[in-house]
Amino acid sequence: MVGILEDKDRIFTNLYGLQDPGLEGAKARGCWNATREILQQGSGWIIDNMKASGLRGRGGAGFSTGLKWSFMPKEVGARPHYLVVNADESEPGTCKDREILRHDPHLLIEGCLIASFSMQAHAAYIYLRGEYVREREVLEAAVREAYEAKLIGKDNVHGWDFDLYVHHGAGAYICGEETALLESLEGKKGQPRLKPPFPAGAGLYGCPTTVNNVESIAVAGTILRRGAAWFAGIGRANNTGTKLMCVSGHVNRPCNVEEAMSIPLKQLLEEHCGGVRGGWGNLKAIIPGGSSVPMIPAEQCETALMDFDSLRELRSGLGTAAVIVMDKSTDLIRAIARLSYFYKHESCGQCTPCREGTGWMWRVMERMVRGEAEMSEIDLLLDVTTQVEGHTICALGDAAAWPIQGLFRHFRGEVEERITAYRRGRPHIQGHTLAAE
Amino acid sequence: MPKAKVNGKEVEFEPGMTVLQVAELAGEEIPRFCYHERLSIAGNCRMCLVEVKPGPPKPQASCALPAAENQEIFTNTPMVKKARQGVMEFLLVNHPLDCPICDQGGECDLQDEAMGYGRAGSRYDENKRAVEEKFMGPLVKTVMTRCIQCTRCVRFITEVAGEPEIGLLNRGENAEISTYLQKAVTSELSGNLVDLCPVGALTSKPYAFNARPWELTKTETVDVMDALGSAIRVDARGPAVLRVLPRLNDEINEEWISDKTRHAVDGLARQRLDQPYVKIDGRLRPATWGQAFQAIAERIKAAKPERMGLIAGDLQDAESMKAALDLFRKLGVASTDCRQDGSKLGHGPRESWLFNSTLAGLEEADALMIIGANPRLEAPVLNARIRKRWLTGKLLVGVIGEQADLTYGYNYLGDGPEAIKRFLDHGPIQKEKPAFLIGQGALSRPDGAEILNLIGRAAKALTVVKDGWNGFNVLHTAASRVAGLDMGFVPAEGGKDAATMLDAAEAGEMDLVYLLGADEIDTNKVAKTFVVYQGSHGDAGASVADVILPGAAYTEKTGIYVNTEGRAQIAERVVFPKGEAKEDWTILRALSETLGQTLPYDSLAELRGALIAAHPTFGHIDHAPGHSSASQFAVNKIGVAGEVASTPFASPIKDFYLTNPIARASVTMAECSKSRALSLGLLAAE
Repeated sequence: MVGILEDKDRIFTNLYGLQDPGLEGAKARGCWNATREILQQGSGWIIDNMKASGLRGRGGAGFSTGLKWSFMPKEVGARPHYLVVNADESEPGTCKDREILRHDPHLLIEGCLIASFSMQAHAAYIYLRGEYVREREVLEAAVREAYEAKLIGKDNVHGWDFDLYVHHGAGAYICGEETALLESLEGKKGQPRLKPPFPAGAGLYGCPTTVNNVESIAVAGTILRRGAAWFAGIGRANNTGTKLMCVSGHVNRPCNVEEAMSIPLKQLLEEHCGGVRGGWGNLKAIIPGGSSVPMIPAEQCETALMDFDSLRELRSGLGTAAVIVMDKSTDLIRAIARLSYFYKHESCGQCTPCREGTGWMWRVMERMVRGEAEMSEIDLLLDVTTQVEGHTICALGDAAAWPIQGLFRHFRGEVEERITAYRRGRPHIQGHTLAAE
Repeated sequence: MPKAKVNGKEVEFEPGMTVLQVAELAGEEIPRFCYHERLSIAGNCRMCLVEVKPGPPKPQASCALPAAENQEIFTNTPMVKKARQGVMEFLLVNHPLDCPICDQGGECDLQDEAMGYGRAGSRYDENKRAVEEKFMGPLVKTVMTRCIQCTRCVRFITEVAGEPEIGLLNRGENAEISTYLQKAVTSELSGNLVDLCPVGALTSKPYAFNARPWELTKTETVDVMDALGSAIRVDARGPAVLRVLPRLNDEINEEWISDKTRHAVDGLARQRLDQPYVKIDGRLRPATWGQAFQAIAERIKAAKPERMGLIAGDLQDAESMKAALDLFRKLGVASTDCRQDGSKLGHGPRESWLFNSTLAGLEEADALMIIGANPRLEAPVLNARIRKRWLTGKLLVGVIGEQADLTYGYNYLGDGPEAIKRFLDHGPIQKEKPAFLIGQGALSRPDGAEILNLIGRAAKALTVVKDGWNGFNVLHTAASRVAGLDMGFVPAEGGKDAATMLDAAEAGEMDLVYLLGADEIDTNKVAKTFVVYQGSHGDAGASVADVILPGAAYTEKTGIYVNTEGRAQIAERVVFPKGEAKEDWTILRALSETLGQTLPYDSLAELRGALIAAHPTFGHIDHAPGHSSASQFAVNKIGVAGEVASTPFASPIKDFYLTNPIARASVTMAECSKSRALSLGLLAAE
């Protein structure tokens, strides 16, 4: 056997698209089985089980999904409730939701129905990333099938009137932030809102709304079918269940794989990906959770577990579990500079620290790639990252700051070396940046 | 009331207040750029960061955070200071260092806060961003490189002005404020953008590079460009009035003023009458005051009182009108009128010509019928207040008259008197505080008195006036009108009103017409008559005058103005009258002596005393009567019962920017008028 998770415990059994993504295929894989019975247990039972399963949001922040659902008002007041599914998967390195959308869309649709029912929402929206055109086609076909089979829609077989809308975004990273997503869904410019009020109080069109990641919703049906205890039994305490992990970069076989939470990082790479290119000894650093978490150096990769708490201890994060592997051939400074460019490009420009800070950080990083910088600018850059971090409306500011902080935490010497190398043989005047030749 | 601690000091606050407001209650100043009391909260500048317990271990934007019971707020911890310094540094990295040539210099929020939170030097070694200028019309100059993207202008133009013409384009560091398709801003309130802009990105185009704020003498006074009497501050350097800014007055203008109020001031330096003139052999020739008075005295002594008339204009102060009225009554003249537009108001109870609900009181109204008015042109600041109320969703608006774009939605009920008639037998409406807003378009017509009666009866049927609520509101367009009506500046027994006087003059039945700043009349009709024009500008009245007496403009004299609510306010002198010109009441006092009919007051104080003794309402400075007399006001008895014509109502204002002699003398207003005409397609583009 490869990895920890056994085949019988896999939720996404069509992850690789080897089978039919349509309704027939999905039903054969167990989807839509006993959904009606699940709904009959009542919303309290569903939320309790979701809490008991220990499922933490799969979008990156890792907040308990059951708890999030329980924040919605218990009774529907004057305003309807909404579920919004965040399928704006744009985090560099991450491609897990995409596989669900195009290969197992019915798991998502079923999850939408269950989640909406538990929150007394009669309508749900799936906000799809702008670049996911083929995925939209598959998803829309699946939604159509579900409507035709009366699985969803008015007077469906489950006894809960439910409409599902697929909204295709325009391809902005910031629209993956939940409140920017809501703004965009309402037809406005995708800029994050101030919190409070939180979406559970005033979300889409000012109505109570829950925004969940695709994976969090798609696993709900299976968790409730197989029982919270089954899901909670996988992984470590507080980091339970299975997780889609996307490994990219310098491994022999980059892949998407559903694995148990808390699988050792080294085991994940060795057993699923054929190991690091050139052997484990050739490993330099890994970004374990998508571009916005700090990198960890090779030594720490030996012991790191792929879960929220273990990676937090290493001052990184699980994020979306998108593992970016970099071997010794990598120019880490250049890699991080490229990420800085990404955040500078995707900043919405609404609030000051992110609008001005991302550009500043990227420009300094670009010079550091060439070594064309002052030694003192390393501390300046780190100071700028702390001035951005935690001072912005949404988390994009943090996401822009962390990769740089991670680089300097572990590889400061490399940057210093680059600067020294650049200066070697060039005249130098104290206190002045050298002109490019 | 809940309590919170600010830096250890306990304060009580109203539920619903934000942390920033609570901190201000405690006397702590919080720096801010995007936050503005009268706009929605954006929370994007991040300058107002504070530390809050309980809360996350990072600073919070206090402008957007609701205060909570037992919250501890810290505004001066090292964490807060560091965070604000960080934000300030980010604001400055792409802000040009051009304060010495920036018109905002000296009154710039960014400059002020940089003194508290800025670094001595810059750590930013990269190139600064440059942003292309935008075109925003003749009033707003842009230097967009200075913009800090606080979006106050976007929120103002969208929320208050109701013309969503400015937006934030692009994203990230490429974000820029722009009007759509480089079009001029068409709001009548666009000048307020300049006040709102915390930096020098939006500055006043007519005032560009004129003066520095510390060179100016600042005088607080009231505005006369419309009948609201907005609170303004007039800034002058030496004898020149350079600009007008709004002052806070929640009762009237909150903190907005119209573009005309703000930018017509360059008209104060043009077309001025600065010495007396007497027409000799068909040509106006400079004269001394004595010669001018002598020329008038000869004519007056030769004329019969019933063949003389006095018409007062729209910008006159109460004192000069009182002096003129006293003088002409002494001469036995009955034909006196302050209603040069032909309005029929001025008889019956005072409530019948006031804005009784008060301007601020309109925010309590839940239904509003606008009759024969276009408040957007007649009183833009009031229109913003109606819109503000309408935005809450608690105001139902109906319009009878012109179907104009008022920046809020309304039910169109008809174009003329016929539409009012159907409310006569209407039962009481299911609203608590219904109101009427009656414009001069409905009353300035031959059947104005009958229409007033018709509206009064409709108001009765709809319970617009009831105990404790008087929603009968007349919106005037002339700053002097209510004062004139209050002092009885209407024809006395047997006298002619303005229109009849002019007709009589045309027929050769008048010997002398005295125009006290009256320019909005058909001057062709007085061609055969001896005309005395007393006023500040060489406008329509002066062009037909036989004797010109140079008076003072509103910034050059102190005087009482009564606004459309019946609120008496004192305007202060900012600069002295031009050249030989005098304050208007002194001219009339001197003339009275030449005529041997000396007026019984030797100083402004004595004149005011006489005015207040005769009409006590002039003594109630800054007080609007409001609803106090609602129960005694028989609204169905006002005006004259009779037939009305079915002619549609038309707003008296054809061109918002050119409604009075000062505005017509203003180059800026002419440009605005042209720009508006172009945008409406009335003029062909060059």
